[in-house]
Amino acid sequence: MSKLTMSKAINEGLRNCLETDPKTLIMGEDVGKLGGVFRVTDGLQKDFGEDRVIDTPLAESGIVGTAIGLALRGYRPIVEIQFDGFVYPAFDQIVTQLAKMHARALGHIKLPVTIRIPYAGGIGAVEHHSESHEAYFAHTAGLRVVTPSNPDDAYWMLRQSVESDDPVIFLEPKARYWDKAELSAAPALDLHAAKVVRPGTDLTLLAYGPMVKTCLEAATAAEQDGHRIEVVDLRSLSPIDFATLEESVKRTGRAVVVHEAPVFMGMGAELAARLTEKCFYHLEAPVLRVGGYHAPYPPSRVEEQFLPDLDRVLDAVDRALAF
Amino acid sequence: MTVKSTSRARKKAAPGVTDSLRTGKDAPAELVQLLTPEGERVEHPDFPLTVTPDELRSLYRDLVLVRRFDAEATALQRQGELGLWASLLGQEAAQVGSGRAMREKDYAFPTYREHGVAWCRGVDPLNLLGMFRGVNHGGWDPNEKNFHLYTIVIGSQTLHATGYAMGITKDGAEDAVIAYFGDGASSQGDVNEAFTFASVYNAPVVFFCQNNQWAISEPTTNQTKIPLYRRAAGFGFPGVRVDGNDVLACLAVTRWALDHARTGSGPVLIEAFTYRMGAHTTSDDPTRYRATEETEAWKAKDPISRLKAHLEREGLADEEFFAAVDAESETLGLRVREGVRSMPDPDPTLIFDHVYAEPHALVAEERAEYVAYAQSFEGGE
Repeated sequence: MSKLTMSKAINEGLRNCLETDPKTLIMGEDVGKLGGVFRVTDGLQKDFGEDRVIDTPLAESGIVGTAIGLALRGYRPIVEIQFDGFVYPAFDQIVTQLAKMHARALGHIKLPVTIRIPYAGGIGAVEHHSESHEAYFAHTAGLRVVTPSNPDDAYWMLRQSVESDDPVIFLEPKARYWDKAELSAAPALDLHAAKVVRPGTDLTLLAYGPMVKTCLEAATAAEQDGHRIEVVDLRSLSPIDFATLEESVKRTGRAVVVHEAPVFMGMGAELAARLTEKCFYHLEAPVLRVGGYHAPYPPSRVEEQFLPDLDRVLDAVDRALAF
Repeated sequence: MTVKSTSRARKKAAPGVTDSLRTGKDAPAELVQLLTPEGERVEHPDFPLTVTPDELRSLYRDLVLVRRFDAEATALQRQGELGLWASLLGQEAAQVGSGRAMREKDYAFPTYREHGVAWCRGVDPLNLLGMFRGVNHGGWDPNEKNFHLYTIVIGSQTLHATGYAMGITKDGAEDAVIAYFGDGASSQGDVNEAFTFASVYNAPVVFFCQNNQWAISEPTTNQTKIPLYRRAAGFGFPGVRVDGNDVLACLAVTRWALDHARTGSGPVLIEAFTYRMGAHTTSDDPTRYRATEETEAWKAKDPISRLKAHLEREGLADEEFFAAVDAESETLGLRVREGVRSMPDPDPTLIFDHVYAEPHALVAEERAEYVAYAQSFEGGE
């Protein structure tokens, strides 16, 4: 199979969902004729019609709220939120309604809604187009939160998300939309399994979404200094495959968590606390975190200072190894 | 002359909004009414209604039983059996009229006060009390009676209703949806987004706004400067204001609106002009924010007494009938009392049940931790 970009892989995944299950629908702003602002839904409306690929009014709460209603009627909506920073008007529908309805009905109804959100930065965008809000969603019981880091995962994790009977927040690292890879013939892992993407012995880098690539580059660079760094791609942020994480950290004795979102109260805090609790006697150093600052996502001319890059990751690696 | 009267009208409206928004005084012409407060049957050119004596008696029975259920729940809250209760007192006609207008396959999306609609859908009243007692957050199967769970966040359910209605259109079915909300909810973004989606997708949904004049302590005049039913025009679909204390008018208008929706003509907004006679919930005190005279004036428009007056005036029901309904009301009251008091607390592991439809590692882990912790107390030394 030839190589596909991540955006094309997701497009293929969506196409496959529409082909296999007539109850699946795509809803969102500009998903039809335009094919989405990132062209992720390119050609789907042409092939499946306006009834299956629905251009909606510009109203995020309305998009998610009506998707809930469609799910209650037996449909399986795949919702696109155009950019990370625009999901907040829909936040209420997601956390107070979508996440809780199955429990409120004591399991009598299911809400198989997948919400795709292009997230995170690094593309030189204007305000509200580069945010990482995964912690809000992972903090909410009832939601599943996943984020692929490469085209193959993007394809298979999307299909697994859509097949799930639970609501899934599917975060697409927009800076990786143009990365290319071949797709596997079958999914290698469960939707919620973490994956050791580079084995090592000296330290574990824990990352997800856009930062996996950065961490892989850091691990390659560290090799020149004689450090063998393991990189684990979380893939799923709710639930988190702690078993794989703990197994890795117990083996390497050191861990650095890397994400784009602000460090304060972020995913790294949860991971550091958990790893400290479960791997305390194996740790040679405190679990360190590398991420964004406690500031609004900055203007694009300085975003490189905000985003963890190779050097910041390596700096943390050095600090951890120095213990 | 014309200029003078216009300027006078403007002056009157300037400080906020005219009282007509709340009292309906200036708006008799736009209020659909089929039964006067004195129980006299009147005709409306746009909403003819034929009801048999049996149907009239049946509506009366519903109104009385729903009110009794509500009164019983209020009493149970006072006795500490329920943590909270949202009374529908005064709104029985709006709910029974609209509820009875639905067909079996139609679907209702309620707020947390639609006890009368639930009654009409055949939902066991005891099911409604679980969340107010604190044993669940809803608990019934919405698809059993096509009556969705109560929604507490104001206005959220109007979008769910609209999405469900969009699904009906996709299915090519001839059903309709009714979305309940209040005058306060009309200010919410979700309600306005629901209007937009319903309109552009021509969804078969009837928006049924029970304007009961008060959103906790906020009067309707804090929500709108125009009568609410007129909002529909801006979204491109019909709006009708109906006497919400007139069960026949509510029945006729809702039946028309549901047919309008199910036959492909799109959404309708109904503003049922009514009044919440009690508190918003048992937690608030309406004497702090509204005048006794206002409540007294609305008492004269009571939905039950006007239908009773009609039945008596027309000789459609005798003492025996009224006594039988009263007896049935007693039986219902007893059933509700005993049912609530014997409602078991859920097993604490309910916390972990149904968080997800499919297994979730963290929930499984925390459940196991909880169970082990709880068991450590049993016979532990």
